[in-house]
Amino acid sequence: MNLDAKIPPGPLDQKWTKHLANIRLVAPNNKRKYRILVVGTGLAGASAAASLAELGYQVMALCFHDSARRAHSIAAQGGINAAKNYQNDGDSVWRLFHDTIKGGDFRARESNVHRLAEVSTSIIDQCVAQGVPFAREYGGLLANRSFGGAQVSRTFYARGQTGQQLLLGAYSALMRQVGLGAVRLLANTEMLDLVLVNGHAKGIVTRNLINGDIERHAADAVILATGGYGNVYNLSTYARGSNATAIWRAYRRGAAFANPCFTQIHPTCIPVSGDYQSKLTLMSESLRNDGRVWVPKKPGDRRPPGAIPEDERDYYLERKYPAYGNLAPRDISSRAAKQVCDEGRGVGESGLGVYLDFSDAIQRFGLSTIKERYGNLFDIYHEITNENAYEIPMRIFPAVHYTMGGLWVDYNLMSNIPGLFVLGEANFSDHGANRLGASALMQGLADGYFVIPYTIGDYLATLKPGGCPSSDSPDFASVENQIRGRTSRLLEIRGKHNVSYFHKELGRLLWDHCGMARTRAGIQKALEGIPRLRERFWREVNVPGEPGGINQSLEKAGRVADFLELGELMCLDALTREESCGCHFREEYQEAGECKRNDVEFAHVAAWEFRGDREQPVRHTEPLVYESVEMATRSYK
Amino acid sequence: MKVTLKVWRQIDSTAPGSFQLYPTPDLNPDMSFLEMLDVVNDELANRGEEPIAFAHDCREGICGTCGLTINGKPHGPGRGIATCQLYMRTFADGDTITVEPFRAKPFPVLKDLMVDRSAFDRIIQTGGFISVRTGSAPDGNALPISKIDADLAMDAAACIGCGACVAACKNASAMLFVSAKVSHLGLLPQGQPERHRRVARMVDQMDREGFGACTVTGSCEAVCPKNISLNFITRMNRDYAVALFKGE
Repeated sequence: MNLDAKIPPGPLDQKWTKHLANIRLVAPNNKRKYRILVVGTGLAGASAAASLAELGYQVMALCFHDSARRAHSIAAQGGINAAKNYQNDGDSVWRLFHDTIKGGDFRARESNVHRLAEVSTSIIDQCVAQGVPFAREYGGLLANRSFGGAQVSRTFYARGQTGQQLLLGAYSALMRQVGLGAVRLLANTEMLDLVLVNGHAKGIVTRNLINGDIERHAADAVILATGGYGNVYNLSTYARGSNATAIWRAYRRGAAFANPCFTQIHPTCIPVSGDYQSKLTLMSESLRNDGRVWVPKKPGDRRPPGAIPEDERDYYLERKYPAYGNLAPRDISSRAAKQVCDEGRGVGESGLGVYLDFSDAIQRFGLSTIKERYGNLFDIYHEITNENAYEIPMRIFPAVHYTMGGLWVDYNLMSNIPGLFVLGEANFSDHGANRLGASALMQGLADGYFVIPYTIGDYLATLKPGGCPSSDSPDFASVENQIRGRTSRLLEIRGKHNVSYFHKELGRLLWDHCGMARTRAGIQKALEGIPRLRERFWREVNVPGEPGGINQSLEKAGRVADFLELGELMCLDALTREESCGCHFREEYQEAGECKRNDVEFAHVAAWEFRGDREQPVRHTEPLVYESVEMATRSYK
Repeated sequence: MKVTLKVWRQIDSTAPGSFQLYPTPDLNPDMSFLEMLDVVNDELANRGEEPIAFAHDCREGICGTCGLTINGKPHGPGRGIATCQLYMRTFADGDTITVEPFRAKPFPVLKDLMVDRSAFDRIIQTGGFISVRTGSAPDGNALPISKIDADLAMDAAACIGCGACVAACKNASAMLFVSAKVSHLGLLPQGQPERHRRVARMVDQMDREGFGACTVTGSCEAVCPKNISLNFITRMNRDYAVALFKGE
């Protein structure tokens, strides 16, 4: 397997500029002769589709939602990072780069992360020009807030709805191109497989979710911007529809899957309340700007929070990480919460919760300021829990939130399959073993607006203009037949359990054994359990309905069938990475309760190759070479 | 608690539909309304019956996918929330709850509780944007924007495109939706060059899609999950009048 990252030579801060000067271009009059498929219309997909259409390429964009505006990027609350240094607090491209590399526990590629920090400033400009109503100061200039893992204020935000506003910006750009006829948009369309022609990605097979039609689409290049796979855990902060099918099918066609075990558990979510629960709701990390996290000092202290005096409270983040306090990065905060709950000091009915307390901030700034900053979040909290967080502290607990792992890509964001590009959360490239807050929006838009429009040309320029294969070819027909076969198989089982049953079982196995803390024995248990569960799924699942028309059970069944395979790969990856880094905490490898990295043996990307259903996947590595930063022990103390 | 659901079932857009009764199993009052539907659907699937089709995704009130008419009101009895943010504790044990799709001619029913809202996308395509090519933007702070204008623009921009405003309106008017976008962009300096062209084109498309006229009853504002204000309609009418004078 060829894992050449194609990192340009030269000093780190000149790599991107030099690369842009050197990569191949497609002439303006030839661009319209190339067809590009963009799967997914979240931040990365919508921005890519719009930008590529503006350049003159023929673009077809698809999403499984009923409208391109609904992708789950829309739910990002807190903000987007950019190295603008508008606050004059010493920020710079270098600092954003360094914070991101360090935040990722030195498991991300230096060159990609530096480029991300470089283009971050253009993203803000672009979004402001589109009419994104970022928060402003009275003087009319853009406001900033702080986020975890950084000691500067570089996060731009639009109340607690930053993702929504950025996505609507990208969506409006996309809609403009649709209106101009430059993009053909297929909503309600789910990608079910990737088609390779002579080893190159040349198309996809989809299902129309309204009439059930299986359709073929051919192109010169395929872009996957289909988001993360955190729903493999069943309970997560993802939208219910978020799934791994597009990237998983690409993996099965030969695309390397990198670092699948790197999953982010977000520290501030509303705790689980019952078995019926369908999703977990995030409380933005921005709340940690003003909220203080604490638990009682005594285990088993069931007094209401107001009755626990100050000196019997443990503000454990402030105590353990004085330099960053409540703004310690996500992996560290989540683990610390798990630790105090394991000690029996958790709060709430289940004991799986910690307090996030705003009383000091309300006293300092007044109720109205706190309302203005976080009003909508307090409202959401109230709706879900029926509690007033202005009066009693919020209860929060970690939940699955993001996946740093994803399809392997080179510096051009192309996977190891020529012609297959992967953007945003669907790829693995920028966040290493832990993502910092407000960096997902930055990466999605960086990839879509400012990377792919240039780098895709480097591939297309090697193809003959107008040489897009026909979707009538046997390569397409064979993939379509496989899809039809799988669909009928799912519908014919008529077993005794619904799809959710299997999804919940899988989620429990993964959360228990491949979640916030992992052990060899635990992962092995999951590795025995998942294949058994998968085998039962294909014998006992009940998928009612017909292949034609709207069939939500069928949609869900296909997605869960893929999760049942992906979960196993995640565990294999977690088992073979015999170190702790970022989100990946192997209990065997720790030092005073913190991650103990093994840079000698594991300073690499693990990229998995599919070898067939009956064979073990093969683990390849891409060494991570740090030329500009020192691989220090990550400390926030 | 237990409730009885009276649910609209319709096989596809061409078939006639009807109400069916579904008693629920024992429910936890802290369940969301959609989680309650999940439980009912899982039982149906276990029996090999077709679950009730309903649209949903983020389940945190921001994607705008979900939208049911519950007891005659789009998004149900709550105020300022989407269907996914409605909790069973709002209802009493033993209640019969009527669940229908959003009813409006421009939103044809696709199946059961799902409707086609693509008309909204087509309206946005005609002008709900600022024409700015990627890479051609000036510095973000080059143009100061008064906090008051930016905040008001944000109030309008909060629209999630769910369509409840249309479903609540006796004329199936889309004025609240369209005016929110027109106001969001029209309040910002970046939106000025296309301000009148935008409103003219969007209103034109809105009419073409078959949405009705506004008679300012305010039912749209009352059901809006984001509390978008009726004042934006006034603002849009003003812009539209200017656009007519300018011949846009």
